[in-house]
Amino acid sequence: MAKISYREALNQALREEMRRDSSIIVIGEEVAYYEGAYKVTQGLLAEFGDKRVKDTPISEEVIVGAAIGAAMGGIRPVAELMTINFALLAMDQIVNNAAKIHFMFAGQSFVPMVIRAAQGSGKQLGAQHSQQLEAYFMHCPGIRVVAPSTPMDAKGLLKTAIRDDNPVMFLEGQGLYSLEGEVPPGDYTIPLGKANIVREGSDITFISYLAMVPECLEAAKELSDRGIEAEVIDLRTLNPLDKATVFESVKKTGLALVANEAWKTGSAGAEIAALIMENCFDYLDAPVIRISATDTPMPYNRQLERAALPHKEDIINAVNNLLKVAIPQ
Amino acid sequence: MQEIVDKHDAKNLYKQMYLMRRFEETASEMYIRGKITGFTHLYIGQEAIAAGVMSALFDKDYVVSSYREHGHALAKGVSPKSVMAELFGKETGCCKGLGGSMHLFDEDKRFMGGYAIVGGGIPIATGIGLSIAYKKENVICACLFGDGAINQGAFHESLNLAKLWDLPVLFICENNLYAMGTEVSRASAVTKFYKRAEAYDIPSECANGMDVLEVKKAAAHAAGYVRKGRGPYFLELRTYRYKAHSMADPDRYRTIAEEELWKERDPIVIFARHLTDTGVFEPYELRKIQEKVEDEIQEAVDFANKSPNSGIELLKEYVYAE
Repeated sequence: MAKISYREALNQALREEMRRDSSIIVIGEEVAYYEGAYKVTQGLLAEFGDKRVKDTPISEEVIVGAAIGAAMGGIRPVAELMTINFALLAMDQIVNNAAKIHFMFAGQSFVPMVIRAAQGSGKQLGAQHSQQLEAYFMHCPGIRVVAPSTPMDAKGLLKTAIRDDNPVMFLEGQGLYSLEGEVPPGDYTIPLGKANIVREGSDITFISYLAMVPECLEAAKELSDRGIEAEVIDLRTLNPLDKATVFESVKKTGLALVANEAWKTGSAGAEIAALIMENCFDYLDAPVIRISATDTPMPYNRQLERAALPHKEDIINAVNNLLKVAIPQ
Repeated sequence: MQEIVDKHDAKNLYKQMYLMRRFEETASEMYIRGKITGFTHLYIGQEAIAAGVMSALFDKDYVVSSYREHGHALAKGVSPKSVMAELFGKETGCCKGLGGSMHLFDEDKRFMGGYAIVGGGIPIATGIGLSIAYKKENVICACLFGDGAINQGAFHESLNLAKLWDLPVLFICENNLYAMGTEVSRASAVTKFYKRAEAYDIPSECANGMDVLEVKKAAAHAAGYVRKGRGPYFLELRTYRYKAHSMADPDRYRTIAEEELWKERDPIVIFARHLTDTGVFEPYELRKIQEKVEDEIQEAVDFANKSPNSGIELLKEYVYAE
């Protein structure tokens, strides 16, 4: 298998899907001539032309609203919002329209649209450009939420998202674009709602997605040196959520740790922890641990930013504390 | 009202307006009787706009609407039965009772939905315009909204993009002078709304929304412009809603004198007078049309009454497309 970057994997997915289906268009700020703020759409304008790769003004509400209308009219738009922070300007279209059209019109119309947006913290971009908003979308029925952590998943999931008939929020790890990984040759897809057990283990289950997956894996590696084997689950999609894989693992290990880069309060991790409580209570040897950002806006200062964000050390420390409780020495 | 109209056209316009009027009066009655609940926004007074605009469109043209859309749906050809059943929350409604008064939709009639966040449908109409242009279809998308929507960012973002990409969208502002309880001059720095289109280099026109022939003429001109692929067009149609903003609104912000003044310009009465004065119809012929409409309304109410309630199984059926 060839090794390519997460960015290149996304680019390949877009390119291959656009070759496969002429009803797919790409719209967004800087997607055409600039070739994407993160260069995900590099080369698309040259290959597909300006009818299919369209720069928009900085007007997030109509970028998303027009993508919805275009989808209802029978084409399949992929809209790029540059970063997830700008999705807030389009929340009315996402929540009140995209998520509800299939339902409130009793299936007479559907919205096969993908909204791509970079999401991530840790680059000293300050409070307004360092947010993790997946919980906002996960909270709302009617929208799929995808959050890949590897090049292989990024490509396979983006293809599935584009082919899906529902609106999909496709969250790309801002810090992952240059991450390299093996990607199978040719066309392949990864189903929505199928988590990936990226490391098997018997002692504790780590549940994560996006940029916290590599942190979990590193923590698991260090813990393994001390004889603690963590199972690491990459959820890959938050809606649909692969509850079965999570529950099965937690029932096996008896301990669960949920890690996300978002604020702790009301996070996706909070929802997953609650689900584990509801469904695996009798199997748990200790309360579910939540690893997340502090409930503060993101500071600019490097030291403060690092303190606000979760890291593998937080995971390791939490496991150490947990094991003191769960397995008294 | 100057023109002599073709008898077939006249019958259609009169029938549409009368149907909307009687449908809404009946909906109001059904609301008071508890058959219809939730928010219900009546179209009474504005009928000339839906009748005139829809008569200037083709069946294959798309329409995107707002939450005061019963009249728009009926005039686009959605059956009174399926609209009334929807208002009753019945399984036979055009959206199986999942949408309600503010979210009517009919795929076959290309009535692309009522949207109840003010201005929220305008970007969608723009996107439908994008799909039409992309597929090179010979149709247009008409987008109706009120004066309240004119100050939403969605309106400005949409007009800009529609012109930038020269999309086949006909934007129609039904200026009924009040956004809920706020008179336009208290909400808009520029109250001649058609002038706002100039900011986006979109041609525009203001017409009397109480005169169905004037509306039809303006809409036909505008739709023709858009259909030729020349880009979007903006129509402002001045009108007045006789009833409150919604059934829940006590309507204490307008004077009786003002309401009476507008009722003297009633689009249905004036058109009927014009038709009989010019000899297009004898009064008995109009009465025959009215009787037919009454039957249709009664059928719609009976149908809605007899239809089964929307079943619990619908709750989860349409959350996601399979």
